[in-house]
Amino acid sequence: MKTHLKPTDADQALEAVRWAISEETPLELVGNGSKRALGRPFQATHTLDLSGLTGVTLYEPEELVLSARAGTPLAELEALLAENRQQFAFEPTDFGPLLGGEAGRQTIGGVVSCNLAGPRRVKAGAVRDHFLGCQAVSGRGEAFKAGGRVVKNVTGYDLPKLVAGAYGTLTVLTEVTLKVLPAPEVTRTVLVRGLDDTDAIRVMALALQSPYEVAGAAHVPASLAGGLGVEELGTGGSDAAATAIRLEGFGRSIEYRAGKLRDLLGGFGTVDFLDREPSLAFWAALRDVKPFVAQPERLVWRLSVPPADGARVVADIKRRLPGSDAYFDWGGGLIWLAVDPGAEAAGQHAVRGAVGLGGGSGGGHATLIRAPDTVRASSDVFHPQPAPLAALSARVKETLDPKRIFNPGRMYAGV
Amino acid sequence: MKMPTPDASVLARRAEIVNALRAIVPGEGVIVERDEMRVYETDALTAYRQLPMVVVLPTTTEQVSQVLKYCNELGIKVVPRGAGTSLSGGALPLADGIILGLGKFNKILDIDYANRTVTAQPGVTNLGITTAVAHEGFYYAPDPSSQIACTIGGNIAENSGGVHCLKYGLTTNNVLGIEMVLMNGDIVRLGGKHLDAEGYDLLGIMTGSEGLLGVVTEVTVRILRKPETLRAVLIGFPSSETGGNCVAAIIAAGIIPGGMEMMDKPAIHAAEEFVHAGYPLDVEALLIVELDGPEAEVNHLIGEVEKIARDCGAVSVRVSESEDERMVFWAGRKAAFPAVGRISPDYLCMDGTIPRKQLPLVLNRMTEMSEKHGLRVANVFHAGDGNLHPLILYDANKPGELQAAEDFGADILKLCVEVGGVLTGEHGVGVEKRDLMTHQFTEIDLNQQQRLKCAFDPEGLLNPGKVFPQLHRCAELGRMHIHRGQIPFPDLPRF
Repeated sequence: MKTHLKPTDADQALEAVRWAISEETPLELVGNGSKRALGRPFQATHTLDLSGLTGVTLYEPEELVLSARAGTPLAELEALLAENRQQFAFEPTDFGPLLGGEAGRQTIGGVVSCNLAGPRRVKAGAVRDHFLGCQAVSGRGEAFKAGGRVVKNVTGYDLPKLVAGAYGTLTVLTEVTLKVLPAPEVTRTVLVRGLDDTDAIRVMALALQSPYEVAGAAHVPASLAGGLGVEELGTGGSDAAATAIRLEGFGRSIEYRAGKLRDLLGGFGTVDFLDREPSLAFWAALRDVKPFVAQPERLVWRLSVPPADGARVVADIKRRLPGSDAYFDWGGGLIWLAVDPGAEAAGQHAVRGAVGLGGGSGGGHATLIRAPDTVRASSDVFHPQPAPLAALSARVKETLDPKRIFNPGRMYAGV
Repeated sequence: MKMPTPDASVLARRAEIVNALRAIVPGEGVIVERDEMRVYETDALTAYRQLPMVVVLPTTTEQVSQVLKYCNELGIKVVPRGAGTSLSGGALPLADGIILGLGKFNKILDIDYANRTVTAQPGVTNLGITTAVAHEGFYYAPDPSSQIACTIGGNIAENSGGVHCLKYGLTTNNVLGIEMVLMNGDIVRLGGKHLDAEGYDLLGIMTGSEGLLGVVTEVTVRILRKPETLRAVLIGFPSSETGGNCVAAIIAAGIIPGGMEMMDKPAIHAAEEFVHAGYPLDVEALLIVELDGPEAEVNHLIGEVEKIARDCGAVSVRVSESEDERMVFWAGRKAAFPAVGRISPDYLCMDGTIPRKQLPLVLNRMTEMSEKHGLRVANVFHAGDGNLHPLILYDANKPGELQAAEDFGADILKLCVEVGGVLTGEHGVGVEKRDLMTHQFTEIDLNQQQRLKCAFDPEGLLNPGKVFPQLHRCAELGRMHIHRGQIPFPDLPRF
């Protein structure tokens, strides 16, 4: 029988894990399920539903710190932070609509577990950079804590980093503590129009190399700009490609920096500005992969590459997989790629072949974010690792979850 | 300080081990003479000294791999070492262990402005990275006080911080990739020039692991463009409480300064006598707030900070009007440690972090402790992130004073944990705070951390005796205590 366990406190979560260990039966860990279709499909008879673990346990705006139980909806926390003009600076991605669900459903535990940061990643860091501490249950049936609630902490290993981005394969998070930051007073976007990918990467690099504190640098080619649903971007034509540089901060500073960037980048193309509302809409649509939401049949990849390599990687993929589409975030370092269905094994050889060319200290990886179960079951959803690294990762899994109770195989077979 | 008992069988084979190491690292890369090894007997925590069995200075990743593989097979302990600036004894040698010095890994391998990264060998100094890119207007943000000497590899081992960390993060937030060697000799690359590294965040675990998990042989960090403008405000307060309130008020106003540092009266006086920075001597607390960024923003925020400071009861406010003046403001703070060294024969530098709002309480309790232990204390701290550096003044030549200073220090760190903080903010646990770990973590918490080490180093040969108060065998840590059917769960909602 399929059992759905829904603890309402940490003790019950511990009890549920101990039961699963004693039965040697795997658990699928879920919050509100907004990212359930992400990762490799795996077999778990039982579900551990953490959406009942809710509530803020500590919020001290002046200390820039917030703790909440793992199942607390992100939307609730963001509303609370907004009351104090604060935010999670890592700007979490909402995969709900992209993966065929609703928007705004994710829990803070899921956000931390998948470590999916939005456009501000270039300036403010990823989720893991803001994750200070946690209470968790290990696959040994032990409740433990890691990290703390202060920003500067080097006491023991930084276990929270390990848990962030582990997709629920290492521990059950019951409570998380995160650093929060002031929300910007003003936001504005500088737009350079009509650039090809190569020039756009150059423009973004120039902006990111400038002292003007860029808080987002993205490029959307003409074919996808309309899909963002931002009226101010216009409706197509060869000039529709948008290279966007976001500025955030205090009013007078934004005016000054926007002017400096216009001077710096004006030689590359026409410069426009998006003010507050369209700017917010643009970056939210970009973050949540809106251009590909309306194309549900296409497979979607997320690539992390050295930013300067972005255009080269995409050109290479397009040669191998004609008909694919891509746009860039993180100054070129994050590529959102849509591939037509029917390509062999989701086009993984083409995609990964293009990413791997840098070698040495360059590196990069490609993750298959959206694809039917059958495709995700037959492809490597997460980037294959070299043997010594794969072996080390498996040993790390062993230390926290030796019976492979938590989301077994969701990231890698056998992990 | 109790260290793991030296293994007599290893010591007995010293000559054989030396020969084997010489076969891997030829020439002068293996040091065996007592006098020549003397420079390696301590790091910057000089209260503890121990000669290693032998010192090895490899020059290539392949040599590091072979040395570790050999030591792993023979059960020989290894202590990795950078410049030896650790303040918690992280690089303290073991009598039956080798010191693996990375000092010859001192080259910058790649500067990539398009990707805004520098790739360097681990023995390059922290400041060396900034120096290499300064002419193009870039810098590496984390700036530990020892940055002129400490190495980037050591920064990773300790997750080093500095004044900039409030705004720009610690080492862990600025390292993108490493190449490292595991104890079994495996060479593993984590991350690279890309921002996110998929898979388990082993880079995050390596950063701050104090040399217990692997040996870093290459580092890729992100570099930032230097801010257009830097200006500092020097603010004097009639009490540490008003100073603490001002720090909170600045942050509450949505301002994240590039640096925010505080000193108490004894530290102000010591620093002023040493560098003549023009600090006010009639205040109880002195706050330096530095704003960096675009000129228009800095000038605006300086005004805001000035206003907030006056509202908080500041008795003196001075804004830097030139780069020279800004440097003078910092000169005293940056020289605070040597300045205190001039007013006391010895001092112990502590390193705890607390929630900022607990500052007045912690300072008051420290004054009480000072009376109890009969020792003076001067305080400098990274006020923006709650990281305290109480300097406990003592005289090692007076019987009992070192012990009293250590007891005083332990009391301070326990207090930090008690008020919601941690034992160490940036100096690491090392051997110094090892035995206090049980005040912050339960046995279960600590066992979990030690199990993680088993994944990297199952025989426990890499830097043992540091960080964890008790050495466990991995087999013993691997046992589980859950048995079939023993734990029902009647209270749990089921569907």
